[in-house]
Amino acid sequence: MGWRLALRPYLLIVPALLLTCGILYPFGLGLYYTLFDFSASKPQPDMVRFENYETVFTQEAFWNSAWVTVLYAVGAAAVETVLGVAVALLLHRSSQVGRVLEKILILPLMIAPVIAAIIWKLMLQPSVGVINYLLRPFGLGGVQWTDTPTGALLSSIAVDVWVYTPFVAILALAGLRSLPTSPFEAAAVDGAGWWYTFRRLTLPMLWPYVLVAVIFRFMDSLKVFDIIYALTEGGPGDSTVVLQIRAYLEAIRFQRYSFGISYTIVLWAVVYLAAMVLVKHLGKIQRKAAEVK
Amino acid sequence: MTVKKRLLGWLADAALILYFVFALFPIAWMVILSLKPTNQLFSTYFSFSPTLDGYRTVLGDSEGIPFVRFFVNSLVVSVGAVVLSLLVGLPAAYASARWRFKGSENLMFTLLSFRFAPELTVIIPLFVLYQKLGLFDTYVGMVWVLQLVTLPLIVWIMRSYFADLTPELEQAALLDGYTRKQAFMKVALPLVKPGVAAVSLLAFIFAWNNFVFPLILTSNEAQTVTVGALSFLGGDRPKYNLTAAAALVSVVPPLLLALTIQRYLVRGLSFGAVKS
Repeated sequence: MGWRLALRPYLLIVPALLLTCGILYPFGLGLYYTLFDFSASKPQPDMVRFENYETVFTQEAFWNSAWVTVLYAVGAAAVETVLGVAVALLLHRSSQVGRVLEKILILPLMIAPVIAAIIWKLMLQPSVGVINYLLRPFGLGGVQWTDTPTGALLSSIAVDVWVYTPFVAILALAGLRSLPTSPFEAAAVDGAGWWYTFRRLTLPMLWPYVLVAVIFRFMDSLKVFDIIYALTEGGPGDSTVVLQIRAYLEAIRFQRYSFGISYTIVLWAVVYLAAMVLVKHLGKIQRKAAEVK
Repeated sequence: MTVKKRLLGWLADAALILYFVFALFPIAWMVILSLKPTNQLFSTYFSFSPTLDGYRTVLGDSEGIPFVRFFVNSLVVSVGAVVLSLLVGLPAAYASARWRFKGSENLMFTLLSFRFAPELTVIIPLFVLYQKLGLFDTYVGMVWVLQLVTLPLIVWIMRSYFADLTPELEQAALLDGYTRKQAFMKVALPLVKPGVAAVSLLAFIFAWNNFVFPLILTSNEAQTVTVGALSFLGGDRPKYNLTAAAALVSVVPPLLLALTIQRYLVRGLSFGAVKS
């Protein structure tokens, strides 16, 4: 009986392990492909070692994509954090209006990002879209939203913000509702003002919750695909070609499989470095928050 | 209530309403667009004679886009992905919550890393592999690749539910002569049932909303609504009313399900990192 007891946990995870290997296999295969020059025009590829990666790093296109990706991720995560925390603070006041609105807070978050991009694409159409129609009285009826490099990037960030702000808001709201009451009562007795209380008590204790949201949002927007694909397809020019879109164009559109995968491996490494740094930081922040409590 | 306080309260409410206008207007506008007749698409904005023709066209497959079949496909592959994840994920979640053993943490973190991996890293090799194996554009191929989305979610969240459950109840059951399996099936599992239901629905929503997998790994037979909805934008003169109708039809299931699992969303969306 003894050995069976010792084996039990392993038996329970075997199916999950098998499935995990089934997903790790294509990943490993992809890594292997990047050492070759495999493409549709070269189905019998030769070993090229690290040439694909060298090409990636010496290409103007890669650095452009990396820059666009960082701009997008930092922009989206920053705006979503500020807006999400603001919405959470306002909902936390618990007015009648807030209680009604809180019930529908998550709606945009449950819409597929690609559908969200379609919706906004229809609204942002310069000539017939509703947004320019509503702006006309203000003398702004002709904005070419997604037809200029800056406009396209800002528009795609706006869609990201529309979808994901509720994500930050519900995590921040959960944080606000779990804060201990005694420090706030003490601060009120001491006659502390709203801003002081917010800076010294609310924010430090809330920060771990917000940071979890920031980590999720930042890492997700580094690998953004759906929103850009549907809204701009990387255009105009290559002003919104983020890394995953570039990988898609290389591997699927131009059928240079090895080269496209090299792009995703580089992105994968970046995402992991970012994750490690952020999670380390999260631990520090959590310890700090515990001290305030 | 001083005057200043009341004024601030109003301002806060006004700010909140402003955000919700931004959040809800696009959805409302889609409803309006989807009800417009084709000949009044661009002539007016808010005054038109509403019609359900857009929906009839989309659901009648008359544009050469078999939208109803895409809808069924989405349903099949999302349910399939969730069921497979539950079958292999629940035992794994239970084992890793109840026993500390070699390798379990590695498995858990490998699964978590799937959540943050760029999808194309796996999809491009699969695109090549599926063509060879005959899994391209099939339900099986889609259910398999969707594990990347559903399995980490289900395992991580169920693990946190099992870990919150006091082991004493199962131990008492064992003392009463239950086997380990019975203790799990009859004691532990019923207690986390709401969690299982919520995480299954959330996993379903994420599978349903996925776009990049069916975009690359299907072409027609197993294509889903997210890819299908984008097809309506093609052509020289995109038919806005049809696009809007298709978009709305495809968001109905996730929106309805999401409203039923509101209470569980915080834990679900944060992978158990934040508990409400």
